[in-house]
Amino acid sequence: MPAIEILGLEKTYWGGFWRKRVKRALHPLRLTVEEGEIFGFLGPNGAGKTTTLKMLMGLVFPTGGSARILGLDVNDPQVKAQIGYLPEQPYFYDYLTAYELLAYYGQLSGVPARQCLRKVDRALKQVGLQNVSGLQLRKFSKGMLQRVGIAQAILHEPKVVFLDEPMSGLDPMGRREVRDLIQQLKSDGKTIFFSTHILSDAEALCDRVAIIHQGELKGVGAVADLTAKMDVKVELIWQGAVMPLSMRSLAERCYSGGDLYRAVIKQEDQERALDALRREGMRLLALTPVGASLEDYFLQQVKPADKPVEVTV
Amino acid sequence: MRNRLTLIAANTFREAVRDRVLYNLIAFALLLSGAAVLVGQISIDIEKLVVINLSLTAVSLFGVVIAIFVGIGLVSKEIEKRTLYTVLSRPVRRWEFIVGKFFGLAATLVVNTGCMAVGVFLALLYISHRLQKPDAWVLVALYFIVLQFLIVTALALLFSSFSSPIMSAVFAFALFMIGSFAEDLRGFAAMAKGITHWLASAAAYLIPNLSALNVISSVAHGKPVAASLILYNTVYALCYAAMALSGAVLIFEQRNLK
Repeated sequence: MPAIEILGLEKTYWGGFWRKRVKRALHPLRLTVEEGEIFGFLGPNGAGKTTTLKMLMGLVFPTGGSARILGLDVNDPQVKAQIGYLPEQPYFYDYLTAYELLAYYGQLSGVPARQCLRKVDRALKQVGLQNVSGLQLRKFSKGMLQRVGIAQAILHEPKVVFLDEPMSGLDPMGRREVRDLIQQLKSDGKTIFFSTHILSDAEALCDRVAIIHQGELKGVGAVADLTAKMDVKVELIWQGAVMPLSMRSLAERCYSGGDLYRAVIKQEDQERALDALRREGMRLLALTPVGASLEDYFLQQVKPADKPVEVTV
Repeated sequence: MRNRLTLIAANTFREAVRDRVLYNLIAFALLLSGAAVLVGQISIDIEKLVVINLSLTAVSLFGVVIAIFVGIGLVSKEIEKRTLYTVLSRPVRRWEFIVGKFFGLAATLVVNTGCMAVGVFLALLYISHRLQKPDAWVLVALYFIVLQFLIVTALALLFSSFSSPIMSAVFAFALFMIGSFAEDLRGFAAMAKGITHWLASAAAYLIPNLSALNVISSVAHGKPVAASLILYNTVYALCYAAMALSGAVLIFEQRNLK
């Protein structure tokens, strides 16, 4: 049984005085996440990631479609006892201490009071906040609040964990710790669905990713499968006085430093590029095949020229 | 369900208690009761009348201000600060959230009124040196004031479920003011004719009849309150608050939390 099934979930907002301006925040989305997977939901800001997550949490109602978590409708209270959710830029009751907040959330999730205290202690330890558990949250930094957010999402030991931009506001050490924590959750058998626009995190962690842009799904699959569809490229490094003009037109990216030049070109253009270098009398230092990265795939799917989908009827 | 309601109510109560504004209001109300004592000392033979009138009016006004200004923030603040997301993503139904919040603020107001009531009776003891049997009716007046708070809190929650905090405060305060003169509106409706009669009658029955819950003046004169009025007011206030709360729940159930 899939952990998450998104069955044509869509969301449209109507704006303007006469409510005639239509904005499609999410086109019908179909997605399946298997149990035990780390699934990355990628997209630029405003792509529809948070809207999708909010619909899965029952915070926003879909215009169409439905979704199931662990085989049950997302609005079923039984489902909610088995999921954990970290919202984007979380904010909590700042008059509570970290300990009080987690105890409150734990009990709301149905954890019996006696077990709750033990689980709170464990969650605080997992996110490295055990020494400040008695401090009111209004005294916490952004990074510490993010850790509290992660703790509240995992303290009741949910089967599926939804994390909206979990690395946001964390320093490099914190990001590393969260990455380790996500991997630990996976090894504990949990399913993790997280949205991010930090591609290196997704590449390092995810079994599969989906890319969403302007509310539309652009691609889904394992990182290796997605990048395999990309053109193979080569990187050339040479020494010379100037950058040959023909090379400028062939290269996707050019860099120079002193009399050293570096260019990334498509493999099919390799011979033409080498000819150009020979003609200009440049000295080739290195020719290296470059595997396509998730970033390359992402940038190909998310074209900056695309305009937001907004129509007036 | 009961456990979740209790948890949300307890957290709402904790928030209010840790809010310094609430402490200031209690201190200010106690101060006003003290001032009532001073006024009582310069009023010949009517010290008690003045003290009861002033102090109970202060209890009512301060409570209403708390009910409105805390009440309008109960939902809107949670949405604005997004603290709601981590609550509603748990096995908490939306109606449980609204009702829990209502009970939390209601408990706050009961405790607050209890503190103020102690001040009122201390002031009475100060001027009379002993409490008399008719003074017990002050407790009934305080009970009616609490019933008023329940109605005002439910209305504040209703307005805050679809409107901005400022507009919610304006609506709730306006209804409180109109409701305080509900008997006059009913009198006008009885005298009016034609469509004016129907419109005035509809308005009179739609707005909360808070004037029926105001027995401060008669209690200050030592007059007893009929048991039937206590029963009628209790049923009326609970039904009105329940209806306003149901409206808040119905609206909130449909709301997208963007």
